[in-house]
Amino acid sequence: MTASVLAEALGPRARRRVAVVSVAAAAFLAGAVVVAVLRLADKGQFDADRWRPFTRWPVWRFLLEGLANTLRAALVAMVLAILVGAVMALARLARNAALRGLAGLYVQFFRAMPLLLLIYFAGLGLPKYGVKVEPFWFLVLALTIYNGAILGEIFRAGILSLDRGQSEAAYAIGLGYWQAMLSVVIPQAARRMLPAIVSQLVTLLKDTSLGYVIVFPELLRLGRRTGSAYGNTLQAYVVVALIYFTVNFFLSRLAIHLEVRQRRRYGAGAIAVTGVEDLAVLSAQGEARR
Amino acid sequence: MRRTRWFVWLVVVVAMVGAACGEADDPTTATGGDDNEAGSTTAAPTFDAGTTMARIQQKGEITVGVKYDQPGFGQQDPATGEVEGFDVEIAKLIAVAILGGDVDSVEDKIEFVESVSKNREPFIQDGRVDIVVATYTINDTRKQVIDFAGPYFVAKQDIMVRKDDTSIKAVDDLNGKKVCTAKGSTSEKNIRAKAPRADVLLFDGYDECKEALVDERVVAVSTDNTILAGYVDRSPDELKLVDNPFSDEPYGIGLKKGDEAFRDFLNDRLEEIFEGGQWGDAFESTLGQLGLETPDTPTLDRYGAAGGATTSTTGTGGTGGAGGSGSTSTTGASSTSSSTG
Amino acid sequence: MSITVALTLTSFAAALVIGTVVAAFRVSPVAPLRAAGAAWVEVLRNIPLSVLMLGFYFGFTKIDIRYGEFATAVIVLSAYTSSFVAETVRAGINSVARGQAEAARSIGLTFPQSLRVVVLPQAMRTVVAPLGSVFIALIKNSSLAGLIAVVELTDMADRISFDTARPIPAFLGAAVGYLLLALPSGAVVGLLERRAAIKR
Repeated sequence: MTASVLAEALGPRARRRVAVVSVAAAAFLAGAVVVAVLRLADKGQFDADRWRPFTRWPVWRFLLEGLANTLRAALVAMVLAILVGAVMALARLARNAALRGLAGLYVQFFRAMPLLLLIYFAGLGLPKYGVKVEPFWFLVLALTIYNGAILGEIFRAGILSLDRGQSEAAYAIGLGYWQAMLSVVIPQAARRMLPAIVSQLVTLLKDTSLGYVIVFPELLRLGRRTGSAYGNTLQAYVVVALIYFTVNFFLSRLAIHLEVRQRRRYGAGAIAVTGVEDLAVLSAQGEARR
Repeated sequence: MRRTRWFVWLVVVVAMVGAACGEADDPTTATGGDDNEAGSTTAAPTFDAGTTMARIQQKGEITVGVKYDQPGFGQQDPATGEVEGFDVEIAKLIAVAILGGDVDSVEDKIEFVESVSKNREPFIQDGRVDIVVATYTINDTRKQVIDFAGPYFVAKQDIMVRKDDTSIKAVDDLNGKKVCTAKGSTSEKNIRAKAPRADVLLFDGYDECKEALVDERVVAVSTDNTILAGYVDRSPDELKLVDNPFSDEPYGIGLKKGDEAFRDFLNDRLEEIFEGGQWGDAFESTLGQLGLETPDTPTLDRYGAAGGATTSTTGTGGTGGAGGSGSTSTTGASSTSSSTG
Repeated sequence: MSITVALTLTSFAAALVIGTVVAAFRVSPVAPLRAAGAAWVEVLRNIPLSVLMLGFYFGFTKIDIRYGEFATAVIVLSAYTSSFVAETVRAGINSVARGQAEAARSIGLTFPQSLRVVVLPQAMRTVVAPLGSVFIALIKNSSLAGLIAVVELTDMADRISFDTARPIPAFLGAAVGYLLLALPSGAVVGLLERRAAIKR
């Protein structure tokens, strides 16, 4: 992909210059990689012994179990968060002021909280008060509460982004508020929000790694345990990072792909929500040709 | 129409995945190693209805919190998923007394759950585990929320340094130095009491501390000598023990507060394995492998209002003393300091 | 709380610089730089911050890359955040009308000049709101520094909850702390956003 926004077709001199800079930059980057590799080799980090555990199936099975737990927590939390988010968005757009206020409070409060704090709260605070569930559900609870708030904002923004004429037309043909919402507004808004939702899923998936602190056996925790059992901390983290990267990379790509397609089809803008950090949607903006 | 279908889908997915989670917990709850030669097979005894023992028996399974990252006490082998160590063996010996069978076959009836320093009290309080056998020091702060049977072992807090370090010989030498230990442990409180000017770095577990020491981020790790011995055994070229212990750490079996019958039962069982030799065998097959000599069996501390059985008389009321005759006073002191933290 | 603030501000400043440079890489005509920029963003964006944090702290020391706890936290937080800043800025650059860049080129500005003088200043304006998001996310992300024993707000609450055996008050206290940080930040972002919008 060329980023030709800033430069017209290059002339011969410019092309030469670009070629020279390219070679220089490539040489520099290659040099950096070589230095890094030498350093790793020097410290014995390429020793076969340190990597051998990762050639064994039982170890992979152990790590994949962690990945399975990670995915499971992410999936359940995502589905629940979508439900919570939908309720919050509808409540925030409702005509009843009290309802609006309550939902607003929820969203504003939990959007400002670090997820880690919520996880501590759920995993270490609630058991003291007699809540008895698996660490899995504490993690899911914290993820749901947090992402429910974020998705609530995404949904609201999505609904508001729809042309007013849509709901007006719906009222005009005699539909009530909820009818208009459910059969006219939401179906259209949902399509528009899809990229933002997938993008949030990436964030959520990464966030499950915080289950680490309440001893939920997800990928990071099991990876650490592997590293400590075989004395190959660095290698264990590299492998864990690679697994996360692989999964998230494809999800991120999917989000970007969806957003780009969206823009081509509807010309609609990205749904930006304050406090949301994953910007796959913005990346799409970067890649979309205008 | 479409909306309803979506909704149904969501519910189905949640239900399925949720159900899968219940099952999926099994692979990670590994069962202990089988390096212990099979003891005598016991028939499951009968217990009075309503006791915790009867409840466990009816369940057919006992849930035990153990460490997963503590060499010698409870460490998981990623290749097999099994946890091994002294705490695990003790848990098996307890389980045999309730569920019958022998130490090998009983493994299938124990659900091990990973316990870190943080989650031990919450797990006991909310009934997530029946007992915790996880290098769990008996002290007064903890006794306010849970009860302890035991001690089944008395460790001593010591200091681990890098092999080439000669500057640290006693706990005083830690003043002004960077020391690592686990968040919320009695070790943290002891250091703060005995080396008040030490710069204490706190992680969730000792594993991180050991890494930090090897990586030269801290000059010392301080906690129980048995825990440290496990690390020294695995990296003898890098680490060594200062071997100048400064407090006693009686390890107890954590259980729900106020369950006197269960506590008496656990104490009786401990006495049985102390005298019957199984305790010594368990030690030799685990900590003994790390080069530790088998110590004398500790003296039980049947503190408080335990009804009836009083085989041990050294228990010193509510002070949280370990009851070990030579160590009672030091332990009393250390637990007093810890309850102020 | 002061540590949380210090972490956030330092990391954000660093992330702005790194992120802008990376964004410039990503739109430059030099292919290897583009590739390096893309790799930077993709790697950092797709690996959980917790893994980066622990991996850098415990893993990289094995090859003698060693910094203190606070410094490590700042490095990791700024690197991670820089990938988001980079994407935000890149989106901003692309939102500047093509004619602007063309005009800049036609009056004889070189590529770096046109980027610096014409395109980036305009891009920065559209970028205010998303950067505000990134900033607020960073406040929250700084809580992960607790994983490597930096005693920031969340870690502090965790310790207090331990020492007092009463988790709820401790964590609620921290929650209030985060609200005190996030609400004014949100207000400032809103203000900046409005000001940027008027100028256009």
